[in-house]
Order: sequence, then C-alpha cells, then structure tokens
Amino acid sequence: MTKKIKNLNLNFGPQHPAAHGVLRLILELDGEVVEKADPHIGLLHRGTEKLIENKTYMQAVPYFDRLDYVAPMNQEHAFALAIEKILNIDVPIRAQFIRVMFCEIGRILSHILNVTTQALDVGALTPSLWGFEERETLMTFYERASGSRLHANYFRAGGVHQDLPAGLENDIAKFCEGFPKIINDLENLLTDNRIFKQRNVDIGIVTKGDALDYSFSGVMIRGSGVPWDLRKSQPYDCYEQLEFKIPVGKNGDCYDRYLCRIEEMKESISIIKQCLTKMEKGPIKSFDGKISPPSKKEIKQSMEALIHHFKLFTEGYRVPKDEIYTAVEAPKGEFGVYLISDGSSKPYKCKIRAPGFSHLQSMDYLIKGHMLADVPAVLGSLDIVFGEVDR
Amino acid sequence: MINLIDLEKKINSELTTKIKKTEIKHNQIYVEIDKEDLMEVTLFIKTNKDTKFRQLIDITVVDYPEENQRFKVVYLFLSHEFNKRMVLSYFINENEMISSLTSIFPAANWMEREVFDMYGVNFKDHPDLRRILTDYGFEGHPLRKDFPLTGHTEVRYSEDKKKVISEPVKLEQNYRNFDYESPWEGTKYIQEQAKNNDKKN
Repeated sequence: MTKKIKNLNLNFGPQHPAAHGVLRLILELDGEVVEKADPHIGLLHRGTEKLIENKTYMQAVPYFDRLDYVAPMNQEHAFALAIEKILNIDVPIRAQFIRVMFCEIGRILSHILNVTTQALDVGALTPSLWGFEERETLMTFYERASGSRLHANYFRAGGVHQDLPAGLENDIAKFCEGFPKIINDLENLLTDNRIFKQRNVDIGIVTKGDALDYSFSGVMIRGSGVPWDLRKSQPYDCYEQLEFKIPVGKNGDCYDRYLCRIEEMKESISIIKQCLTKMEKGPIKSFDGKISPPSKKEIKQSMEALIHHFKLFTEGYRVPKDEIYTAVEAPKGEFGVYLISDGSSKPYKCKIRAPGFSHLQSMDYLIKGHMLADVPAVLGSLDIVFGEVDR
Repeated sequence: MINLIDLEKKINSELTTKIKKTEIKHNQIYVEIDKEDLMEVTLFIKTNKDTKFRQLIDITVVDYPEENQRFKVVYLFLSHEFNKRMVLSYFINENEMISSLTSIFPAANWMEREVFDMYGVNFKDHPDLRRILTDYGFEGHPLRKDFPLTGHTEVRYSEDKKKVISEPVKLEQNYRNFDYESPWEGTKYIQEQAKNNDKKN
C-alpha cells in the first residue's frame, strides 16, 4: 500500500519575533526542508510615495525617516542630494562633514541592531543587551543634534537644519574611543562561537552572478565578493576626502555577511573620527535665501528675511523641471531616490528604491533546500526592515 | 573605462533605429526607446562587453493623465564594471500590455508586481502577477494621479460581525489642498480666470 504525503504549508509571521517586523512568509515544507517560500509584504504599506507627491520638498523629508527607521538620516541624505543636484547648489563643507558623520552613526546603529538580533535569532541573548546600550548612546547624539532620537528630520537640501550643539563633538569623540572595545566584546561572544558558526556558516550562500541578477547591494553583494560600495565608486558629499576600507566577503554566506558588518562598524568609527578632526567651524546650510530658511534673528530685523521665511514655509522652494536618480550607500545597501520635478514646489513623482525590497525578493532562492530552522538565520542576515520594504 | 559620451555613441551605433533619443545629464545616460524593442535593448546592454549593465536597479512608472500616452515606464540600470547608470524609458497607453523582464533579470519579478499594483500596468509572460504592497482584495491603483490621497475605503473592526470590515472613507473634514503658489507668478486659478476674461473680451 502506498501512502501519499502532502507538503505542509506553514505561515511564518506576520507576528513572529524572528520575522523582524510584519512579514508573512508562507513556507512549503517537505518534512523539515523548505521547498518554497512566498513572502507576503505590504502589511506596513503607508503610501509614502503618494504622500510625498502631495507635500512640498521640505515637508517630504520626515517621510524618509520612517522608511528604514533604524538608520533614518541615511535616507534623508539621498533625498537631499537629489534636490541639490537638480537645484545645482553647493553644500558648505561643515555641513557635508556633519551629514557624513551622522550617516556613519546611522550605519553603526543599523549594524548593531542587525548583528545582535541575528545572534538573538540563532540563540544568543547577551549581544543584544550589550549592543542596545550603545545604540541608546548613539541615539542621544541624534537627539542632541536634531531634537529627536529616531525621526530626525535633520538634513535639508543645501545642508543641515541646525549646527551641532556645544560639546556634542567631544562626546562623539569620546564614544569613538570606547566603542571598539564593545565591538571586540561582541566578537568575543560570536565570531568564534561554535553554535553561532554552526548556524551561519554555509547558510544562505549567494554566488557573485546571482547577487547581480537579484539586484543585491550593500553587504549582501560585498559578502559575495563583489567590491562595490557607492561611497567609493560614486562618492557623494565629502567621502572623497576620507580614508576608509571596504570589507569584502569570500563565501557569500550568512557568516561572511556578519563579518562584513562587524568590519564596517570599525571603518565607520574611523570615518567619524576623521570627520571630527577635519570639521571646522563654518556655515551649515546653503546661503541661498530662496532655499534655506533665515535665522530667527534675521527674521526680526530684515523684511526680506521675513518674506523668505513666509514663502519657504507656505509655498516652499520651487525645483526646476528635471528627472534624476540619486543613490547613497545606506547601511542595508543602495538606497535611491528617483525624483521627477515639474517646476512647482512639490515633487511630481518620487520613487524610492529600497535595498531591502530586492533582498527580500530573493528569499525563495536563498532558502530553497534549507531547513526550517535556517529561515530566521537567513532572514536575519538579509537585514530587512519593513519600513523601507513596504514604504 | 569608457566615458558616457562613448557609451552614448556605442548605443546609438549598435542599436540605431531602436533608440529614439539619448541624453546625458547628471552623470547618467537617459535613453528613450519604443515599447516593442525593450527585450532586445535590455539584452544588448546586459550582455555587450562595452556596456555590461548587469544590474536592474528599479522599475517604475510615471503617470501623466493628460497626455495621449499616459504612462512612462522607467527602468534604471547599473553597470558595476564601468560604474555607469542608465535610465531607460518609453511611453505606453493606459491599457497596453508590456513585456516582462523576468527572463533576463529575476529581480524584475517584484518590481513589476509593484508597478502592476501601483499603476495597473499589465505585463505579459510574468510568472506571478499579483498585487504586492496593497491589502488582500484591494481595488484601484493608488499611485495613479486620479486616485485620491485619502483612498476610497477605510477598514475598522466591527463588533457586530466580529471581523474587520471595509467601508467608504468618511472624513470629518475634507482633505484640503491649499494653493500656495504666489499669485504674481500665476497660480492655476488666476491663470484660468485670466484666460476666461480674455475669451470674454
């Protein structure tokens, strides 16, 4: 007598702690082996692109914080750069250093979260407790500069909103001294850890060719041995003046991606240090009164400044008709903004290219043939944040 | 390493009639083609040794409701080898089917699903054309310019039926879209009034 065995369909999420947000993953299992994975996304879809079309350029910035909410300023950076390129305005050098410094802080924020939660997914609790303490310190830096821990709304076309408060630079420098020790502690816990290696080495291998075909970027493509980083290959702001290395993986598995992230954090620390030493006092936003708002003091004294202030906060600045794609190296990969302006003060179209979207798409390809227990490990190393995937 | 001008020449000389327009700005190359030539052009720029646009970055659509050909379909490509970006585009009518790039770039799968979901553009030969970002059972295509910002329906939990139901949107106050453009530079309504006055005179 023959018995027919049917594959089991399993719903992973949308309320699963290892799904890193609201992911509904429908898995087809043959015993414990995954035959097919079908991610259902969109549970956090807020229509960001539609909303941006209905807001002025300045009002659109906060929406970028809410995409990848663990590294908000990196997203704002892409949008600010896109507008600057169309308007063809220069950013003062101090503002460039401030922006790059906060982008690197964002990178550390994101990588700590990813490395530690991935460890959590495969069974190690301690790293997340140690890592989150450091994230809290970094977020206070965000708060002191922008007034808010997470949704910074700090970058503007032509610079940043405000200069850094007194003492912040010293505190960031102090943090940079202490943080490498924390990375070492994390590495002591994980890098040679037998269980961590068993769960990550040779899991979710991506070949070079597939990494290109599936539109991977960031750590996902570098982990597979492609030396590609937009900070080096298409430098924006002051990255050209800074020295840093790009860690590249060899095997393209979850473990290599973990190692890349750890190394990138060390590089970020060095970039922040360089920014701090090279930064000089100076203006922090464009002088063009038609784009950057005047200071409160000026408004009280100058009629022109008052008019500028009124016009900027009602109508907003106008951006000439143009079409542009700008990308930055966000912690998760290439984050791009495809902006179409029509000469009015609102974007005609703003397509957001989120790295996580193409990474999550490859879930089926990555997980096919792996065990059910590998799903959280692979998902963790993809570094998915649903704010940006669902938009 | 080839520069953008050489690249433009190369594309124009190799694909001649298939290219409608090329332009270089913002350090990127913008190429306009015909809808029918999409597959050939894509395959060429992906495989040719002088272009090597090995990565499809994104697919999107721009909606121009007033135009004859309503949608502009945009493909963004990246060549790692030559460190170049390309923006490929063509115009289509509202109900036209376009070919799917999934056979050339597997990454196109979700991008095309998103385009279908947001704009209602249909792809032929797509392996799995379902909605992706909107809710199960959603109607309409939200990123079209004629779709209202507030949407058509809202959902709530109904205590009577013990399930989530969707109803037409009810707003205490209508969404107000203020026209801030300065009158001396001509807001839309001033322009229209002026036009009407001209006609009367």
